[in-house]
Amino acid sequence: MRRRNAPIITENSQVYTFTRRAMVLGAGQGLLAAALAGRMAYIAIAENERYNLLSDENRIQMRLMPPRRGWIVDRHGQPIAINRSDFRVDLIPDRLHDPDKILGELARLLELSPDELDRIRAELKHAAGYQPVPVAENVPFEKYAAVTVRLPELPGVAPLRSFSRFYPDGAAVAHLVGYVGTPNRKEYEAENKSPLLIAPGFKIGKEGLEKTMEQRLRGKPGAQRIEVTARGQLVRELSTLSDVSGQPLPLTIDGGLQTFAARRLGEESGSVVVIDCLTGDILCLASMPAYDPNSFTDGISQNEWKMLAQDERHPLINKALNGLYPPGSTFKPMVAMALLQAGIDPTARVNCPGGFQLGSRFFRCLGRHGSMTMHTALAKSCNTYFYSMGRRAGIDVISAMGRQLGFGQKFDLPVVSQNYGTMPSAEWKQRKYKDDWSQSDTLNTSIGQGYVIVNPLQLAVMVSRVASGLDLQPQLLRANRPPPKPLPFAKEHFETVRSGMWEVVNGAGTAGRSRLELPGVEMGGKTGTAQVRRIVGSQRGQSGEWKYRDHGLFVCFAPTASPRYAASVVIEHGMGGARAAAPVAKDVLTYLFDKERAMASLTRFEEQWGGTMAQRMEARTNRWLAEKAAEKAALEGGTGGGAR
Amino acid sequence: MRGASFVPAPVATLPWGMLWIVFALGVSGVLALYSAAGGSFTPWAAFHAVRFTAFLCMAIVISRFKPETFHDLAFIAYAGGILLLILTLLLGAIGGGARSWLELGFVRLQPSELMKPIIVFVVARFYARVPPREIRRWSAIWPIAVFLGPPLLLILLQPDLGTAMLIILNTIALMFLAGLPLRLFIGGGLAVGAALPMIYNFLLLPHQQKRVLIFLNPEADPLGAGYHLTQSKIAIGSGGLFGKGYLNGTQSHLEYLPEQHTDFVFSAIAEEWGLIGGCVLIALFFLLVRWGMNVAIESKGRFERLSAAGLTLTIFFYLAINLMMVMGLAPVVGIPLPLVSYGGSAMLTVMICLGVLMAIDRGNKRDTRR
Repeated sequence: MRRRNAPIITENSQVYTFTRRAMVLGAGQGLLAAALAGRMAYIAIAENERYNLLSDENRIQMRLMPPRRGWIVDRHGQPIAINRSDFRVDLIPDRLHDPDKILGELARLLELSPDELDRIRAELKHAAGYQPVPVAENVPFEKYAAVTVRLPELPGVAPLRSFSRFYPDGAAVAHLVGYVGTPNRKEYEAENKSPLLIAPGFKIGKEGLEKTMEQRLRGKPGAQRIEVTARGQLVRELSTLSDVSGQPLPLTIDGGLQTFAARRLGEESGSVVVIDCLTGDILCLASMPAYDPNSFTDGISQNEWKMLAQDERHPLINKALNGLYPPGSTFKPMVAMALLQAGIDPTARVNCPGGFQLGSRFFRCLGRHGSMTMHTALAKSCNTYFYSMGRRAGIDVISAMGRQLGFGQKFDLPVVSQNYGTMPSAEWKQRKYKDDWSQSDTLNTSIGQGYVIVNPLQLAVMVSRVASGLDLQPQLLRANRPPPKPLPFAKEHFETVRSGMWEVVNGAGTAGRSRLELPGVEMGGKTGTAQVRRIVGSQRGQSGEWKYRDHGLFVCFAPTASPRYAASVVIEHGMGGARAAAPVAKDVLTYLFDKERAMASLTRFEEQWGGTMAQRMEARTNRWLAEKAAEKAALEGGTGGGAR
Repeated sequence: MRGASFVPAPVATLPWGMLWIVFALGVSGVLALYSAAGGSFTPWAAFHAVRFTAFLCMAIVISRFKPETFHDLAFIAYAGGILLLILTLLLGAIGGGARSWLELGFVRLQPSELMKPIIVFVVARFYARVPPREIRRWSAIWPIAVFLGPPLLLILLQPDLGTAMLIILNTIALMFLAGLPLRLFIGGGLAVGAALPMIYNFLLLPHQQKRVLIFLNPEADPLGAGYHLTQSKIAIGSGGLFGKGYLNGTQSHLEYLPEQHTDFVFSAIAEEWGLIGGCVLIALFFLLVRWGMNVAIESKGRFERLSAAGLTLTIFFYLAINLMMVMGLAPVVGIPLPLVSYGGSAMLTVMICLGVLMAIDRGNKRDTRR
């Protein structure tokens, strides 16, 4: 190197340089060792607390134990919804490393069908983090044990002993109690992403009382502190806080009656509502056909859902609350109350020549009844009498009475929804159609047609109020309540209407064939037939395609001497109240007084229909599945199996 | 020791102080691996003990050679090493798998590991031949680049950036000890510092860039690439002063700490033995390195001096980078903790280094010129 005064380097000076530089390096190494020790001391002592916490967070997990849902029981404490022990297997997507291998293994152990595997794969694709994907529920114990034993080789698989909801009465209570199911994303977010909602096996109410009374039924979850490995495998349980079951929910429903009514409806599409005339308790709120809520607990297949949704008899709709019908002649007891309130003498006579002339329009009656009083008009269901008297009383009185007896009203009930229909008035028409109320509107309203629409519960409330003279409020939940107050109408008015209704069943009335075959117990009632479409010529909705036939309605109470129970029965497209609805009402009321007699009659019917409710439902499902399979086969055959 | 006549002379003359340190390190490795397997000798602890014993015997055999042997064999070993590296690349290319291993049937050899001491010998031999007055000339530098070029290229082709960097660092330290002008290192250090951003942007692959970023801020990606570092710090930090007790480490036993039997074995030890245990281990390594540096300083021949220092530095870089890595002072690179981590190649390298160091030490003590 070209440096002036470059030092002369000798071997000795080189040794010296080496030693000196080696010392420097050695010092550097010592410094680094000290720095490492210092760094370690800082992490291990100054930050010890923080890292201890992080280490515990790593290994200790809280596992929520879903609480057992409270039972739903009837008025006698008989169970309507209970919990059954259930073995289930879930997948935790976050801990799943090799889904294909694990699924293959599970398919072998649990004998999963290809359909189920497809569903699991699809759900895994959309699963979020720790949200468990159910693999199988109601697993038999041996298969459950087989999975549990192989758990170390199956990371991400979570077998669990839990409880599943069970409804002993199946479809009979479906619309009343609803069903439970795994919470969806929306429900999860609605509860501020509560971890309970994604706990494996946790179900929430999706319909009916299960949904509306969710918070009361749910209870408090238990928790387990567990030590887990990085791959989520359980090492040991550290401590456990047990769950608190949800409170039982006692209903006013009479479970036996509810089931009887549902079965008695048989193959018909309709509803039965029974109300206790002393308290307003709803004893029965049956709607058929229905689905089996038990099949919803485990998650229902798309196929099953399609079958229910496409059924023209609407098994997914609670007809007792959401079915809306023109009440037809079942409206007349209420109208009679209005007439009396308007000061019309019940003995005043109206001649029925087969109809009523209003201006240029002739309003038809069902027959030529001749001279009618209120009593005979109710018994014979004479339209002319009600046209004439209704017109005299005016819509205002009728509308006011209708409201007081429950029409157009929404009751304070823990139900998901109730359609409350229309109790029309002049003011209502003005508001809705910007049109004046006309005389013909009054006439139509007087016989329960025209703008009037009601639901079966309202019909039952109306007849229970007429029967008791009390301002009954329908109740579903059992509780101590103040006794109902009397309605502000004269006792004689109620008696007059009730005696007319007695005549309907027990005298020369429209429902004579349906009188109770019980010594000392008589039933009062009123039939009704509701048009589904306008009368065209002689076509009166008494034949032809099912969905165009008239609805059959019946309201009743018993015993007439001192009314205890009131009921409404609606049979969709049953063609007539006397023909379709009254016999059902007769058997339902019979059940309340003489169970054995009622059951004997039901058994005879079920033999005719082809088995019990469950058997018939199963047969229907199988038929439907076979049809679908045939359709699919035909489609595939037709396109040569290619164009899909 | 020499007075104990019942002990055969070859055994008595072994550097027993240093051997106890090595033995202690090996035993702590066995203990850590036994714990890492959840209290089991399989699959790691037993094999580690066997391998440690075998390699230690090999080191003692190596210590019987004369230091000149290594001087004479340097270039042959260099040629052999290059050959192995080429073979590794070719076989790896055929197999399509990892290209840093050579499958020998009974053992998997990592030729780049062997290259570390070989380069030390080559560089030491070169500087032993350079006349003192030439040491400050250009001719004392460029041949090094020539020696380093082929093996570095082959190692980078694998690619194994970590090993290549280690070899370069080691060589630079050796050049420093050889007496090259100080300004070269100061200037070079400044130049590298200035060039760091360029290196980051143009030389590093995306995953390496990510590692550097995560090293600077590990909490940014606690579940991804920062996971190793975070879990390692949790293990060390939650161990506290005295540790969680042997066989009681939760981070390691519950598998939160990854690679607890190889690169992160120190974290597993620190979790169970605490700061005390960790510092004992650091002290043992420091004493071992100090012994090596003393051997270098005491050596008379220039080749012996430089190779002893170079081999010591090789060991030092292993443990320094590993320890800095597990404590979050250096980016996560795959460098094991010598003698403690499970794994053959690094242990083989370190044992070769120790064997040669013992040979040089023996030479120093026999040297009549003293």
